[in-house]
Amino acid sequence: MYRALFSPDVFAELDRLQREMNQALEFSPSIRGLARGGFPAMNVGSTPQAVEIYAFAPGIDPASIEVNLEKGVLTIAGERASDLPDKEAKANVHIDERFAGTFRRVVTLPEDADPDKVSARYRDGVLHISIQRREAAQPRRISIQ
Amino acid sequence: MNEKTNVTQQEDSPARTDAALMPPVDVIEDATAITLYADLPGVPKDKLHLHLEAETLTIEGELDLEIPEGMDATHAEVSLGRYRRVFTLSRELDPEKVSAEFRNGVLTLRIPKAEHAQPRRIEVEVA
Repeated sequence: MYRALFSPDVFAELDRLQREMNQALEFSPSIRGLARGGFPAMNVGSTPQAVEIYAFAPGIDPASIEVNLEKGVLTIAGERASDLPDKEAKANVHIDERFAGTFRRVVTLPEDADPDKVSARYRDGVLHISIQRREAAQPRRISIQ
Repeated sequence: MNEKTNVTQQEDSPARTDAALMPPVDVIEDATAITLYADLPGVPKDKLHLHLEAETLTIEGELDLEIPEGMDATHAEVSLGRYRRVFTLSRELDPEKVSAEFRNGVLTLRIPKAEHAQPRRIEVEVA
C-alpha cells in the first residue's frame, strides 16, 4: 500500500505537470527560452528608457560574475562554491537545497537595447543590470506648429 | 473557547497569513553545533528579522530592490516581496549562543549545542 502510494512515478508526474503548466501560461516563449527554475532566478522589467534585469544570485563574489552582451543576447555566468563540508569531515548534512556549481543564464534583449549603455550593480545578493534603450526608439512628443 | 484563541492569534500576527517565498537552506551538523545557511537575495540587513522563541526559529526578510518608477514587469520568477521560513530546534541546542552573519544575501546561523549534549569519549574501565 505504502509503496503504491509513493511510487517514484509520482514525482515524474509532478514534473510533467509543472512543465505543462509553464507551457500553457507562457504563450510564446523565445527560441532561447528564459526557462523558469534555473539559478540565478531572474526578473525582467522595462521602462520607456531602459530594460532592467534582476538576477538573484546570493553569496557570490561580484568580481567573479561574468556578464556578456553580444548581438542582443545577454549572458550571466559564474560559479557558486558549495558550503557543504567535505566527505571526510565529521558532519551530517540534514538539508541541502541551495544551489552550488557553475551557472549560466541567457536573456534575449529587445532590439532597441543599446549595448554601449549598460550598467551592472551587485547589492544584497542581487545583480541588477540596466540597459538603456536607443534614443531614436524612445517615445517623443511631437509639437504641432 | 477555541474560537476565542484563534481570534487572538490572528490579531497577534496578521503577517502570518501573507504569502511568502520559502528561502532554500543548507543545514549541517557537526560535533559542536548546527550551521544553517539560507539564501535571501534582495533583503537588506535592516529588513532581515530573526526570532527565536522557545524552540521555534523564524527567519523573515523583506525584499528591497531598486525599481525605477513606472517599470513594467515582463518576466518574474521572484514574484513575492517577502521570505519566511520556520524551524523547530531540538532541546540540546543552546539558543542563548546563536551567532548570525548576513552577507551578500546569504544568512549564516551557527547554533551551538549545549555542553552536556556534546559528544564525549567514555573510558571503559577494566575491572
